[in-house]
Amino acid sequence: MAQKDVPPRWDHKMQQRLARGEAAALGELYDRFASLVHSLAHRVLGDERAADGVTREVFAHVWEHPDSYDPKQGPLRSWVAQVTHRLAVQRLRATESAALTPGGSGSVEELESLESKVRRASVAARADYIVHSMPAPLRAALELAYVQRRDYRQAAVDLGVTEDEARRRLRLGLQLLSTAHDAGTPRGYGGAV
Amino acid sequence: MNGPEGFAAHDGPHGDREPRIPPPRASVEDSGLPLPDLADPGEPAPVPLDLSHDVLKSLLGAWALAACSAAETAAVEEHLGDCGACADEARRLREAVGLLHQPESLDLDPALRTRVLESCLDRRPPRIPVPRWAAPYDAETARLDALLQDFGDAEWHAPVRLRWFEADEATSRRTTVAGVIAHLLSVDGLVAVALGLDDPLTEAVGGEQAAAGPAARTDAFWRTSHFPPTRSVRAPWREQSHRLVRTVSFTGGGAGGLTVPYGDFGLPLHDAMLDRAFECWVHAEDIAEAVDYPYEPPAPRHLHRMIDLAARMLPVALAERQRAGLSATGRPPRLVTAGEPGRSLRLEIEGAAGGEWLIPLDSPGAVGSADFEVAHVALDGVEFCRLAAGHVPPEEAAAGQVGDREAIRDVLFAAAGLSRL
Repeated sequence: MAQKDVPPRWDHKMQQRLARGEAAALGELYDRFASLVHSLAHRVLGDERAADGVTREVFAHVWEHPDSYDPKQGPLRSWVAQVTHRLAVQRLRATESAALTPGGSGSVEELESLESKVRRASVAARADYIVHSMPAPLRAALELAYVQRRDYRQAAVDLGVTEDEARRRLRLGLQLLSTAHDAGTPRGYGGAV
Repeated sequence: MNGPEGFAAHDGPHGDREPRIPPPRASVEDSGLPLPDLADPGEPAPVPLDLSHDVLKSLLGAWALAACSAAETAAVEEHLGDCGACADEARRLREAVGLLHQPESLDLDPALRTRVLESCLDRRPPRIPVPRWAAPYDAETARLDALLQDFGDAEWHAPVRLRWFEADEATSRRTTVAGVIAHLLSVDGLVAVALGLDDPLTEAVGGEQAAAGPAARTDAFWRTSHFPPTRSVRAPWREQSHRLVRTVSFTGGGAGGLTVPYGDFGLPLHDAMLDRAFECWVHAEDIAEAVDYPYEPPAPRHLHRMIDLAARMLPVALAERQRAGLSATGRPPRLVTAGEPGRSLRLEIEGAAGGEWLIPLDSPGAVGSADFEVAHVALDGVEFCRLAAGHVPPEEAAAGQVGDREAIRDVLFAAAGLSRL
């Protein structure tokens, strides 16, 4: 949520503590990232228990392989999101493939529909991550317009900014969000799928 | 509201033609998206606006979100027919709106934390584990933090009545949800100080001499804050609770003989951490009740440890009642040599967290003994904890009782007397 306030030092120390095998560090890691991990997994899989399972896998992965995080590549939050994305999509692919025509490997149509489902889930999860990690002023403007159905003039009053600024934030927020559709991946998120 | 970027320049000329208060927008089902359709301009604008390209472009985000006036919507859509660049961007932004969704109330199952952490620790055993006696505190602070997660100002300032027993009388004080967290922060600070960590009170009350006991510390915090506590107490409380769990992990599982001074008494570190876990749960329930949220009791194995702590504290509490003349019997306690068996009450706690404890009645030094059992009390685990938290009057505690009535009354009142602010 307020990941902008977290200095990279926290990421680095957390990695060291995990590598040292400090159970208390694992608890803190969970407290900071569990809701992000669970919501991304839920976005991909659309199922509570499957999301619980991915959450367990993600934290197990981080706990067992803290050294696979490279602080130079970006914040720990992005890396955790990336691991979540990868494991959630893996699980989606596995459950969907298992549901294909029994015995066979699935028809061309089935495989195509599986791929497009995986793609849609990926884009949705990337979009959630973008919203989650965009600058708070942009997110607040989008929430007012989308969730609370305020028009930009009302949003400007709520945010205590000019109407110009409210329009700018809505447009910039959507521009950032639209990159979820791009084949590449948003900055600081890393590739998955 | 004239902005620094010459907002008046384009608001001025058109301001008189636009309604000052935008018309109410059509309500849209949560499942659907409030998207204007390119082919359907929606509400027709009576007067077309003459807006510059830059202004039209700046409106694209608001337009995609259906967050501008009908006149502006019409002007944007007319423009999209003529301007390829804006039309491209409009399409992309509208697709982006399709990626937004209503916030789902995805409350994480609090039990998931324990399951996830346990499965991690099974796969890679920790070199520095959280001591078993600190696990209840770790779990309870995490549960309370999860409860606070989505609180808005209304919840943070909701009134809470803190209740406890003092000299056999029900006592209470009013505060707010934020005040309760300030209380937990202040009293957890006793453990922090004993561990050599920063005292949260030093920062809150400035140079004032740090107060000694839980009540005095809480008073000092509440009194010296310039404003009533707000949601800003959450971060320091959570940071301190994380730091406590981390620091006690380095004691290597033993409490290292460290005693946490509570003012007029002291508790060994591992008992103090259990006490703080208990208080955290009790006050989380106070908070949950104040904002009308459900809240579950702790995991049975954690609850069992909390009950055990209370049961172990009862003999001293009984002796204090006798000294203070509150004891039901009124007669002086029989002398029992330390370490010898003495008259005992069997405390039977039912439920998954339960067990049986023999409480020596005549001296804290005596050993509980089945041979000298004079009374038997049976209570549900959560009921016993509410009694020990001062939330249930001893006379009303739902307890099955057999045997010496005065001994039973004494023990139930002593249990209620364990509570404090």
